[in-house]
Amino acid sequence: MTGETLYPRLEPLLAQIQKPIQYVGGELNSQVKPWDGAAVHWALMYPDAYEVGLPNQGLMILYEVLNERPDALAERTYAVWPDLAALMRENGVPQFTVDGHRAVKDFDLLGVSFATELGYTNLLEALDLAGVPLHAVDRDETHPVVVAGGHAAFNPEPVSDFVDAAVLGDGEQVVGDITDVVKAWKAQGRPGGRVELLARLARVDGVYVPSFYAVSYAADGAIAAVTRTRDDVPVKVGKRTVMDLDEWPYPKTPIVPLAESVHERMSVEIFRGCTRGCRFCQAGMITRPVRERTITGIGSMVEQGLKATGYEEVGLLSLSSADHSEIGQLAKELADRYEGTNTSLSLPSTRVDAFNVTLANELSRNGRRSGLTFAPEGGSERIRRVINKTVSKEDLVRTVTTAYANGWRQVKLYFMCGLPTETDEDVLEIAELAVEVIRAGREASGQKDVRCTVSIGGFVPKPHTPFQWAGQASADTIDHRLRILRQAINADRRIGKSIGLRYHDGKPGVIEGLLSRGDRRVGRVIERVWREGGKFDGWSEHFSFDRWTTAAAEELAPFGVDLDWFTTRERTEHEILPWDHLDSGLDKEFLWDDWQEALNEEEVADCRWTPCYDCGVCPTMGTEIQIGPTGRSLIPLTVV
Amino acid sequence: MARQPEGPPPPPTVQKLRIRYAKRGRLRFASHRDLARTLERALRRAQVPMAFSAGFSPHPKISYLGAAPTGSASEAEYLEIGLSVRCDPEAVRAALDAALPEDLAVVECVEALEGTGSLADRIDTSVWRVELPGVALAELEPALAEFLSRDVVTVAKRTKNGLRDIDARASVTSAFAVEEAGCAILHMVVRQGTPAVRPDDVLAALTAVADLRPPLPPRAVRAAQGRLDDTGTVADPLGPDRAARTRCQGEHATI
Repeated sequence: MTGETLYPRLEPLLAQIQKPIQYVGGELNSQVKPWDGAAVHWALMYPDAYEVGLPNQGLMILYEVLNERPDALAERTYAVWPDLAALMRENGVPQFTVDGHRAVKDFDLLGVSFATELGYTNLLEALDLAGVPLHAVDRDETHPVVVAGGHAAFNPEPVSDFVDAAVLGDGEQVVGDITDVVKAWKAQGRPGGRVELLARLARVDGVYVPSFYAVSYAADGAIAAVTRTRDDVPVKVGKRTVMDLDEWPYPKTPIVPLAESVHERMSVEIFRGCTRGCRFCQAGMITRPVRERTITGIGSMVEQGLKATGYEEVGLLSLSSADHSEIGQLAKELADRYEGTNTSLSLPSTRVDAFNVTLANELSRNGRRSGLTFAPEGGSERIRRVINKTVSKEDLVRTVTTAYANGWRQVKLYFMCGLPTETDEDVLEIAELAVEVIRAGREASGQKDVRCTVSIGGFVPKPHTPFQWAGQASADTIDHRLRILRQAINADRRIGKSIGLRYHDGKPGVIEGLLSRGDRRVGRVIERVWREGGKFDGWSEHFSFDRWTTAAAEELAPFGVDLDWFTTRERTEHEILPWDHLDSGLDKEFLWDDWQEALNEEEVADCRWTPCYDCGVCPTMGTEIQIGPTGRSLIPLTVV
Repeated sequence: MARQPEGPPPPPTVQKLRIRYAKRGRLRFASHRDLARTLERALRRAQVPMAFSAGFSPHPKISYLGAAPTGSASEAEYLEIGLSVRCDPEAVRAALDAALPEDLAVVECVEALEGTGSLADRIDTSVWRVELPGVALAELEPALAEFLSRDVVTVAKRTKNGLRDIDARASVTSAFAVEEAGCAILHMVVRQGTPAVRPDDVLAALTAVADLRPPLPPRAVRAAQGRLDDTGTVADPLGPDRAARTRCQGEHATI
C-alpha cells in the first residue's frame, strides 16, 4: 500500500525543531485528493525552504492545473531544514509532501522547479531523504521520474546525472501531456520498463531526456559534439509556449500559508515574456514572445483571488509590468474598484520612467505606500547601452525626484556589478547618481527624510542570452568594485547617511556561474559538495565557497578544465555550448550579433513598437506577439 | 507636523467584539505571528467590517491576549476586534469560523460591555492539560508530588536574552495527575507572569526533581484562561460580557 500518511511518525519530530508550521500543510486552498482515485501522482518540489518556495507562481499554477484533472493528483514538497533532516534520518522518516504527508518515493513523478541553480544541492538532499537513487541510471520503474523545470532547466546539463528529464518553457500544457504518457504506460502494464517510459516522454514536445544524448569533448576541454543515441528522439528539443493567457487564469485559488513567506501578497501575472532586449536577462530571452492577459482577464483574477485568499496586497507581476498595453487604465480602474477597502496594489521593480511614478501613485491610492523600486541595472550611461537598458542620467534623476515630490520617501535602485566591459568608473557612477538623487529629492520634497537604497549584486552570465559568451567577472573584481562604491557613497556623510547600500559579495555568483554555464562534468562537483554537507546554497549561512572551490578543483582536474574555465573564460563564436541542442527559439547568430553590438555599445529597440529584428523565436516556435489594447474596461464591482 | 494621508480619516470603532478561539491538531505548531496573519486574512475573507487605525499604514484593530506557545494546542485563546459597523456577534463567529482553517475554531464571540474593565484584567491564569505519551501514572504521580513539595524549583529557560534560570514552582497553584488509556495526564493551574512559566518549564522541573524523562514529546493543551479567585476557581473571562448580552439586544447589521 502506498500513499499512506507519514504524519503520525512526523509529528513527534515537529515538537523538536524550528518553525514546525512549515511542515504541517493544511494551508487555505491546498488539497489532498484520495490516492487511489488518481492514475498519475505528481510530487511538485521547490528546492528551497518552504518560506521561499510556497509563493512560487509556477509551482502553484501546476499544482492547480494538475489537481483539476480527475485522473491526476499533485502535492507539494520543499527542502527541509537541516534540523528536521537530521531527525528524519535518525527516525527513518523519508522526504514527504506537505499536503498528504505522503512519501515522495510513492509518486510517479517528482517535478522540481529550478528558479536558480543554487537549488541543485537541495535536489540531491531531497532525493537522498526520499530514498530515491541519486543517479537516474540507478532508478527502476518503481521510482519516480525526476523532471526538472523552471528557467534553469534551459541548461540542465550540470544536473543531467540526477534528473530523468527536463521540461523547457511554459509548464501548463506539457504537464498534461506528460500525465497522459505516464497514465497510458501504467495502464498498459509498464511495457519496456523505465527506458520505454523515458523514450515516450522524450517524444513529447518540450521534454528533454539527457540520457538519450551523448556528449564528447575535444582536447581543449570544449564540447566536441552532442549526439542523440536513439533516432526516435529529437535532434534539438524546443521549448513550450502557452498562447492566450486568458485561457489559463491560474492560480485561481492561490495557496495562503500560515507560516510567514517571502511574499506576503497575492500575485497576478499580467503578461508573460519580454522583448525589451536587456542583454543580461535570461528570463526576457527565453520567455518570448510577449503574451498579455487582457484587462478584463486580470480584473477577474484579482477579484477571484482576493476572495479566495483574504490577502491585503496584490502584485501585478511580469518581467516589466509598466509595459502592459493597458497598464494606465488597469491601474486606475483597479484602484477605483478597491477604493476604501485597504487593499493595496503593487508593481514589482520597474524601468526608470516617469510614467511609472504616476502608475505607482495610482496603485497606492487605497493602501500602504511602501517604497518604490527602479532597476537601472547599470551605473553609467555607457554600460546601460552595453546591456541595452538605456536611460539617461538626467531622466533617471528626474524620475526619482518626481517620486520623492509625490510623497514617496523611500526609493530603491537595483544595479548589477561585473557586467561585460565594465570598469571601476562605471560602478562609481552609481555613487554619484545616488548622491544627486538625494540632493534633488530633498529639494523637491522639502524634506530631509528621503532615503535611497542601492541594491547591487554580481552579474552572472546565463545561457540563451547575448552574454552567454562573456567572461564572468571574478569574485575579487566584484568585491573590489563593491568596496570602492561603499567608500564613495560614504565620502560625504551628510548625504551618505540617506543612502543605504545592500550588496551580495562576489563568491556565490561565481558558483552560480559555474552551475549556469556548466556542462555534464559539473555534476560530479555538485555531488561532491552535497556529500560533504552542502545544501541551501542560496543562504549565506549555509553556503561554503571553499567547499565548492575545492570540489571543483579536484573533480574537474581529470577533465583538464577548472572553475575559471567555466566562469571567467570568454567563449569564442563557434564553440559548442552545452545547451546548443536545447532550443529557446533564439537564433545563435542573432545572439552573437547582439553580443557584438553590445561590445560596440549599440542599442536594440523593442519589437512590440518597432519592426521585428529577427531574434528567431516567433517563426521557430510558431508563436506571435499577443498584446492589446483590447478597448475593454473594468466595471465597478457591485459588492466589495 | 507629521504628514497625514490624503482623504478622510478611517471610520471609527462602533463595536468591540471579544472572541474565544481554539487551536487544535496540526495547528498547535502555529506561532502567535502565524495565527495573527491567518486570523487577519480570515477576517477579510469573512468580510467582517473591521475598523482600521489611521495613518499611512492602516492596520485592522485587533488585540491579542497572551498566546499559547508554539507547539501547544489551546481551547481558550482570546482576542478583541473593533468593528466600523455593528454586527451580530454570532454571525461574526459563524462567518469567521467558516473562513478559518479546519484546526482553528471560533468557540464564542460576545460584544464587549462598556465599563466592566478590559479583557486583559480578567485573565491572569492558565489551566493546562498535558498528555505524556509513554509515561505511566505510577511514574508521574511521585514526580509531581515531589515537585509540589518544594518551595522553589529552578529550571533553565530559553529567552530572548539567552538561557536564564527561573522558578517553575511558585506559579503552579495546583496540579494533579490522572491516567487515560494508559497515558498519564498532568492537569495544572498556572499563574501567568513574567517570565512566563510554560508546560515545558514544569516538565523540565519534573525532570530536575524526579528524573522524569518522557520518551515522546508531551502534548499540552490550554484548557482555560481566566482570573483565579481565592477559592482556586478560574473564572470565564467572557462571563461579564455574556451576562450583559441578555440584557441589551441592539440592532445588528448583517454581514
